[in-house]
Amino acid sequence: MCETCGCTITPGNEHLVKPKGKLEHTSEGRASIEVLSGLLHENDHQAGHNREHFDRHDVLAINLMSSPGSGKTALLEATIEAIGDEFSIGVVEGDLETENDAQRIRAKGVPAVQITTGQACHLDAHMVHDALHEMDLDDIDVLFIENVGNLVCPASFDLGHHINVTLLSVTEGDDKPAKYPVMFRAADVMVLSKADLLDVLDDFDTGKAERHLRELANPADVMTLSARRPETLGPWLDWLRESVKAKRSGEALSPRIQPDGVHLHEPA
Amino acid sequence: MHELSVCQGLMRQVEQVAANNNAKSVKRILLRVGGLSGVEPSLLQSAFEIARAGTIAEHAELEIEDGPIVVKCQECGASSAAKLNRLLCQYCGEWRVNVVEGEELLLLSMDIETAQSAAEESRHV
Repeated sequence: MCETCGCTITPGNEHLVKPKGKLEHTSEGRASIEVLSGLLHENDHQAGHNREHFDRHDVLAINLMSSPGSGKTALLEATIEAIGDEFSIGVVEGDLETENDAQRIRAKGVPAVQITTGQACHLDAHMVHDALHEMDLDDIDVLFIENVGNLVCPASFDLGHHINVTLLSVTEGDDKPAKYPVMFRAADVMVLSKADLLDVLDDFDTGKAERHLRELANPADVMTLSARRPETLGPWLDWLRESVKAKRSGEALSPRIQPDGVHLHEPA
Repeated sequence: MHELSVCQGLMRQVEQVAANNNAKSVKRILLRVGGLSGVEPSLLQSAFEIARAGTIAEHAELEIEDGPIVVKCQECGASSAAKLNRLLCQYCGEWRVNVVEGEELLLLSMDIETAQSAAEESRHV
């Protein structure tokens, strides 16, 4: 889709962009028409359906975003291990190619559906909808949607999830929230991952990373952890348990920032 | 990034609005793109060149209005302009602010031509 990275129409949305709709060539006067609608209307509409679908099945849907290689799959593996039988987890994996991540998740005994996006650099609501046909939500309490590794595009597409979790691994630099503000502004939780490496990295300041996040007017919880050190996962697991409890008690959850223009400008 | 996807969503809407209004062609499309929308206006313009091919807006002009970023402070109540990665109150420096403008990604309006208007134009010639 973007010129820069060569992605095109995604497999999930291509039915929407087939050339030439049902156009009628009739009628009266040149006109200026006020439209005032969001450009991602089609995606938002599908995302709304997905969210209703999750809510009907009492499923908490979490969108995991980060750059490639910051440890999204490793965090899921460690989470699945730690949660055990407390509640059931399902995973939708998004990558350009390969089933590798879904296989890693399945190896932990958890159902996983892999979406391969081809050249597209983000998941959209239609792709997630299609993936849901392959997963029985009745058996699932928490669905993690592991988005395509990318700190730019995924932030603009609502998938119908309830919570955005953005990972920043400590090898990436503590100024990433300032460099990728749209992504980090969308985070409901920021996880600083690979924290076991902090001992050998002298240039990552977790306080600075948090300050950059606050400068985006974002009150999100910040959790510092390492998927390789189960003893560091406590706050993350507690947060997850609380979120599952909130969902079960019928609390209406949705991302704090709707990234795609749902919060339309209200004229004064 | 992802501007072509966004643009294809736009074209879909443009075609629907055009169909609902019996347009023969679309002359002009006006958008408002806020600084926090995640969309780069110049890339959207380039994407439009590709996305409009073969549509009713093939010869349309795309105008993009930049939306400024404005935050309202939860502490002192003042509204001020803010930078994309520094959404702080300009007056008291507080980070607990609400973004009141800058997230828009909107199709504001379209100018269309219909069969009748085309006929009128040819009469004027």
